[in-house]
Amino acid sequence: MNNRVKRITFIGVISAVAVILSYIEMLLPPIYSAVPGIKVGLPNIVIIVLLYKYGAGSAAAASFIRLIIMALLFNPSTFIYSLAGAALSLTVMALLKKTDKFSTVGVSVAGGVMHNLGQILVAMLLLETAEIGYYMFILAISGTLAGVFIGIAGAFLTERLKKY
Amino acid sequence: MSKRRNDIILTAVLLLAAVAGLLLFKTLSRQGDFAVVLINGEETARFPLDTDTEFVIETDGGVNTLVIADGKAYIKEANCPDGICVDHTPISRIGETITCLPHGVVVTVKSEKASDTGLDMVA
Repeated sequence: MNNRVKRITFIGVISAVAVILSYIEMLLPPIYSAVPGIKVGLPNIVIIVLLYKYGAGSAAAASFIRLIIMALLFNPSTFIYSLAGAALSLTVMALLKKTDKFSTVGVSVAGGVMHNLGQILVAMLLLETAEIGYYMFILAISGTLAGVFIGIAGAFLTERLKKY
Repeated sequence: MSKRRNDIILTAVLLLAAVAGLLLFKTLSRQGDFAVVLINGEETARFPLDTDTEFVIETDGGVNTLVIADGKAYIKEANCPDGICVDHTPISRIGETITCLPHGVVVTVKSEKASDTGLDMVA
């Protein structure tokens, strides 16, 4: 098949799966309600697959499509936070992947923590409140642990999808 | 193999830094005196934590009902889409914060002295 068509199709399918994973995650009860923002980050599993298969540009495209669709379907008011988190997370993941010093697990751990950091930074900026920065300590712990899980899952999936 | 080692180092460093920061915050932060309500970064109200009260925070986005009881502040009700602020556990230590992103509302605990945040957040 034409490579370009294949890539575009792949981005489309991954975007759709990412939206579904976001939705599933939305339905799950909060893990630790004292601190908002703790989540596993399920969509990142497929974003990582895309990052490894077709590179940062394709991963960014799917990530952006997911954010837009989630904002339109459910909650546009937090779009800017999600966007900041996703952008910072993807940038750092792409850079770490480029160094070739980490496996998917390391890449996704950094991605998880950076996603939280991006959101907190925008929240501090928009709400002009530095105090919420203390959330970052807890989010860094949860983001790291979630990143380990997502990295392992992402590596499995990347391996399985290699032949397609 | 060395990739796995790098993964483990990265994970361990992040976890240690986060746990250390959290412990530092927990030990340095003290009980606060006021619950301060900020809307889009601007202080609109403050309530002493030792007086039980209920206050409806009205914003362009909707309403959040703030309750002060037993020296702690929490959000009882809100009409925001996610309800994260309502799920939040009550706060009483300096610097602890409840946030409602959809409404741009922040409730944070402060002490008598305006400049005393309990912990220098920049450090």
